Amino acid sequence: MPRIYLDHASSLPVDPRVLEVAQPYLTTFHGNPSSLHSVGLEAKRAVEEARSKIAAFIHAENENTILFTGGATEANNLAIRGTALRNISQGKNVVASVIEHMSVLNPMKELQKNGFTFTTIPVDSTGLVDLKQLEQALTKNTIVTSIMYANNEIGTIEPIREISKLVHEEGLYLHVDAVAAAGRIPIDVQKDGIDLLTLSSNDLYGPPGAGALYVKPGVKLQAVLLGGGQEKGLRSGTENVFAIAGMGEAARLAHKEMDKESTRLTSIRDALIKEILTIEQSYLTGHPTQRLPHHASFRFSRIEGESILLNMDMYGIQVSTGSACSSKTLEPSHVLLAIGLKHEEAHGSMVLTLGRSTTMKDVPAAVVQATRETVQRLRALSPMP
Amino acid sequence: MATVGYSKKVMEHFMNPRNVGVIENPDGYGKVGNPVCGDVMEIFITVIDDVITDIKFRTFGCGSAIATSSMVTELAKGKHLDEAMKLTRSDVANELEGLPPQKMHCSNLAADALHEAIKDYRNKKQKK
Repeated sequence: MPRIYLDHASSLPVDPRVLEVAQPYLTTFHGNPSSLHSVGLEAKRAVEEARSKIAAFIHAENENTILFTGGATEANNLAIRGTALRNISQGKNVVASVIEHMSVLNPMKELQKNGFTFTTIPVDSTGLVDLKQLEQALTKNTIVTSIMYANNEIGTIEPIREISKLVHEEGLYLHVDAVAAAGRIPIDVQKDGIDLLTLSSNDLYGPPGAGALYVKPGVKLQAVLLGGGQEKGLRSGTENVFAIAGMGEAARLAHKEMDKESTRLTSIRDALIKEILTIEQSYLTGHPTQRLPHHASFRFSRIEGESILLNMDMYGIQVSTGSACSSKTLEPSHVLLAIGLKHEEAHGSMVLTLGRSTTMKDVPAAVVQATRETVQRLRALSPMP
Repeated sequence: MATVGYSKKVMEHFMNPRNVGVIENPDGYGKVGNPVCGDVMEIFITVIDDVITDIKFRTFGCGSAIATSSMVTELAKGKHLDEAMKLTRSDVANELEGLPPQKMHCSNLAADALHEAIKDYRNKKQKK
């Protein structure tokens, strides 16, 4: 059965062009960048080239602002724990929106054990951060505020420039998790007023197992992973040269193709949204217009998300859901609850995230048909009024 | 190797559930679970001479919820009420060739819904 993969927010295939650039670093040029012989130096060169590509991608001041990590979760942990603990003498408060990824929320919760207070900022029903409450929450004790560029579950894009102005009036640093947004909408860390930015390799069609943290010159932080002192002592461990080289090339390609690709995906996204919303008692989640170009997220009354996901998979279509049953904790998505959905409403969620393999030709028709039939079948089984 | 995902039998019951629907004016009716948790199951039974001659279900819930509801109706149909009361979550889960540990509560709900329907029948019968 031909596959229609619409869960790019969870994982993406490595782009073949990226793999071609990166693969030699697994086999021929497998050196350790810290080795001073020719094989090591070749590996080091690849890491530095990737660093430059990523700096250019986000309009960073220079390549030295980019630190490589083992992934976005690690970059988030470094950004949050690293700045909070390093600057603890200046204040003991951290702030985040309620819809941040758990790799931001959990490190912030954990900081409470170090005596930090953790303030969360609510969002409205479309997922936009409440700027008034943010302003009120920020104090001179606020060391790091973390607000994502765009949310992976509901697609909403946050007003980062406005947020940056507020954060810098009172607080110290603004951290932005750009995992969902990177490669989809333009990011300029200088113009956007960002101090720390998290990127994920796989989310750019690069190899999984690498991420990056942009650190604005002057920002003080300390390492979370200790060891041999790589990445200026801020992230020890032999660099994953293959994944890093891949990440650099992935960023370069994403940067180059972003406008055209985002325009292309927006048309497909809009066609899907228009058609799927004709299904009775179906609703779009997230902001209707300020949303990622590849992101179409819905909820359907009276039915449950894991069933939706399994049923769609039977049609050869892979989607995601925010339902409780589908999570490890059996709690529904904290993002869906944060936008004001009741538990039973949050259960019926289906999230589609499009990608390079998604075409206008056969995808919308097949997906809309499968969704209709799935919703119909599950509703016929349902006791919900 | 540890089990990953649902067994073939669970998927089969999910895709082709048995005994879906309602019985108008059922002899016994059981409803368990709540929408907050994400699982609601209803079971309807027809009882003749203390034997479950017909049984139907409706479920709001995940793959396990639908599969366990379907399986419990298949196990209960044709059984004497006393036998059906003895059906447990393990019976349901075993017939389905196992469930992931965090999904075992779904099979509990299915057995509970059946037991509620039987209790409802017996209460109604006593009142007559």
